[in-house]
Parts: sequence; structure tokens; C-alpha cells
Amino acid sequence: MTAAFRRPALVSLLLIAFSGSLAACGSDEERPEASSGTDEVLVSAAASLKGALTSYGSSFDGGEVKLSFAGSDELAAQICQGIKPDVFAAANTKLPDQLFKEGLVETPLRFTTNELVLAVPADSDAVTSVDDLATKVTIAVGADGVPVGEYTRTVLDRLPAAQSKSILGNVRSKEPDVGGIVGKLTQGAVDSGFVYRSDVEGAGGKLRAIELPDRLKPTVEYGVAIVKGSPNRAGGREFVDGLLEGAGAQALKENGFGRPSPAM
Amino acid sequence: MKQARWFPPLLFAALTTALCFLTLPIVAIFVDTGPGELLASLDDPAAVDALTLSLWTSALAVGIIVLVGTPAAFLLATRSFRGRDLLVTLIELPLVLPPAVAGIGLLAALGPNGLFGQALDDAGIRVVLTTTSVVLALTFVAAPFYLRQAESAFSALDRSWLDASRTLGAGEATTFARVAIPAALPGLIAGLALAWGRALGEFGATLMFAGSFRGVTQTVPLAIYERFATDFTAALGLSAVLVAVSGAILLTVKLATRASPARVLPR
Repeated sequence: MTAAFRRPALVSLLLIAFSGSLAACGSDEERPEASSGTDEVLVSAAASLKGALTSYGSSFDGGEVKLSFAGSDELAAQICQGIKPDVFAAANTKLPDQLFKEGLVETPLRFTTNELVLAVPADSDAVTSVDDLATKVTIAVGADGVPVGEYTRTVLDRLPAAQSKSILGNVRSKEPDVGGIVGKLTQGAVDSGFVYRSDVEGAGGKLRAIELPDRLKPTVEYGVAIVKGSPNRAGGREFVDGLLEGAGAQALKENGFGRPSPAM
Repeated sequence: MKQARWFPPLLFAALTTALCFLTLPIVAIFVDTGPGELLASLDDPAAVDALTLSLWTSALAVGIIVLVGTPAAFLLATRSFRGRDLLVTLIELPLVLPPAVAGIGLLAALGPNGLFGQALDDAGIRVVLTTTSVVLALTFVAAPFYLRQAESAFSALDRSWLDASRTLGAGEATTFARVAIPAALPGLIAGLALAWGRALGEFGATLMFAGSFRGVTQTVPLAIYERFATDFTAALGLSAVLVAVSGAILLTVKLATRASPARVLPR
């Protein structure tokens, strides 16, 4: 009898190990080893760039583009841990600037802008303004550290302390990237969430954007940089050039992103 | 006879490879984490919240699984009926599902826009983004580990024991409680440990279905993921704690199984 249950136990142990590795694949993007000599361009990009860069990547003629999307802070942490994509495109300028200071990326460039908005499910009227957030509603925000969460914190810091506190009391989830907030909204799991305007435009009519008053609006600028020691620097360069002027810039525009400020 | 000479080394090499590959990441976590960092990670109140939440939600999930799973597995093991194989396959399906699929499935079933969303809403029950949703996600992903193990433990029992018990006048319920469970106990406990381990490690389904909020839905794996970006050392420390807790559960169960009275019974 002992032997009879031991064997399934072993199988189950292997299954546990296997399912664990599946979970790990979801969170940690596995990277092929430095594929020098190929014309693959590896791009680590903020989750909010998914629509724009997927369409740019498929039309890019400087090589095959491999995209990896996650919260910008997770991607920056991967680069700190020695993972080397060719290009790092973040939803803020702070993270690329930090990596530049640490000598991990080349000089970052501002390549596009976005706008933080309050998003609600298109068919819901539970929330119509920022003021409603302090009433009995549910909210999803970005976690501390991920750009969308930091922009949201900026907005809340500009509100009266009491109001900001009751808004924080209504937060039901702090998502690791903006995709998680969009998902919770489209599933109706929360009444509202702070996301980018481009996310609302990319949600196929499922979400509605409520514009923030000018005094609350944070400046949302995206930075991009070539990663030092990238396996395909020329390809990465070409990809970045296209983002600034060309097919990439066009794709950004079509997906609701703005032009970068002239002072860069 | 010649073949026998290269085959054992091959087996040995395969086991060595498997062992190295499976233990390397775990060893690395502990090499990178000093005892000081391990303790420091427990100094972080958010980490303690995550650990507390993980422990009690997973314990609750495992409790539900054992309560419902034990009789269910007994039925599967002691009856043969049409469609049994299909039923077992359906029950085991979550074993091979990626956690993301589990998360989507739970949302599609119990989310506000899901199959039963309206009904739940009418009843005033909100599941998503609550601690209840964490327990549901853990139960969903971990249950098959227990069911599978319990079913094979009951199947391995000597049918003549059960028959003898019945012959001596015990009803099926008494036979189940007094004979089958004690005799299958080592297998049941092994299944419990596997299910608990899986529940403690759950990430994807929890994030999608329950979200991530400190003290409410942020379990240890979610807290580790959050720290990965902001504080790698803290992420390592918390990972080490989770490995230690899961390892302790497996070990305790192994020892408990060894000391189990079921071993005294003749085999």
C-alpha cells in the first residue's frame, strides 16, 4: 500500500513543480540568450504600449520584433537583474533615467506622451467625476512603483487630504500593470480606475474616459533607451528611430498617444 | 548483459540532472539571502500581512478541499460507473490549466459580468477582489491535487477489508470513517500537503480574479511580485520565507505520515 501511494505522490510532486514553472513563465519573461548575428529586435515595453507597439512591430522592416510587455518597473528590475533586451520603453522618464544613471542603458529619449484619465465601464454611471470617487464606489489603481500608480498618486496628492484619504479607502486592487486595471474595469470588477487615455481608446468601446481637471493632470511622458550590451544594437536603434519619426510615431498617434514635448 | 553496464549510470545521470535543475533556483534564493535579510523581510508589516493572509486562506481552502474531496474521492475509488474516466479527467483538468486560464474561468463564471454574476449581485454577494475570491481561486487550483491523491489512496486499499467491515455489520458510513480513512491516511495526508503547497504558491489566478490589495487579497506570491520591481532584496527574503514555510509543511506531513498509526496495520 505504501508503494501504491508513493508513486502518485511522486507524480503529483512533479506536477507541482511543473505548474510552478508555468506560473513563473507568466511573470518572468524568458529571454533567448544573446542572439547575436540574427536580426531579431527584443523590446521590453510598458504594458500601455501594447496596442501601438504591436502594430508598429508587425510593420517594422528592420528585423523581427519580439515584444515583452509588463509594468515598466518590472521590466526595469529585469534589466537590473542582467536581462538584456535591445530596447526599453517605459511609461515614464524616471525609470530609463535611473537605469541610465546606473550605466545600464544609453541616453534615454522622450518619444511620446499620454494622459492619465479616470476610466469607467462604458455602460456604468456609478462614477462621473473625481469627486464621486470619495463616495461609495470601488476603484482599481496601479501598484506603488509602476508608472500608472505613481501618476495616480500625484493626482491624489493634489487633492485635499481628506478627499484623497477616502478615495484610497475605496481602492480594491493595486495592479502590477495598467493591463490589470483595464481587465478589472472591463470585467466590471470595479466601478472605476486610473488608466491612460490610450487604454480607453484601445478597449474597443468597453470603457469611457473621464478627463481630469487641468489642475490635477500629471505630465505623462514616455522614455525609451537602448540597453547597454544589447545583442542587436543596430536593430534597436532603427526601432527607436521609427518611434521618434516614422511608422512607430504613426502607430502611437493612431493609438491615442501624443507627440513628445519639443524640449528633450 | 553488456547493456546493463551503461544503463545504471544513465539513470544516475538523469536523477542528478533533475536534482540540480530543481534545486538550483531554491539554493540560489538562500545563497542570495542572508539570515539577516530573511528576518528583515519579516519586519516589514506588509510582508507579515501577506504571510498571514496566505496561511489562513490556504488553510481554509485546504479544509474545504479535504471536507468535500475525501468523500468524493472515496466514491470515485469504490464505484465503477459509466463515464467515470470522463469525470476523473474533468476533475483533474485544473492540474494542467495555466493559472491565467483558471483566473479567466473564475471571472467568466463568478465575475460581475460572468455566468452567475447577476445572480450573485442580486443576492448581494460580491466575490471579486475580496478575500473570498482568494479562497475560491486557491481551492480551484489546489483541489485536483488532493482529489487525485485521495482517489488513488482509496483505490489502493484492500477491498476485502471494506467488505469484511460491511460483513461485520458496519454501514458504509462507518466503514468509510473507521476503516477506509484510517487505512488511506498516509495517502490522504500526502495529498493534503501537495494541495496546500500548491495553494500557497498560487499567483496568476489570484491576481486576475482577486486582484492585489494588502491585507485583503495580496498573498505572499503577489507581494513577492510587487517587491520584485521595487526592492529585489525584500522579494528574495520573502521568497525564502515562502520556501521555508512550504518546505516545513511538506516535511511535517512526511514525518506525520511516518508516525501514522496506519503503518501499524498489516499490509
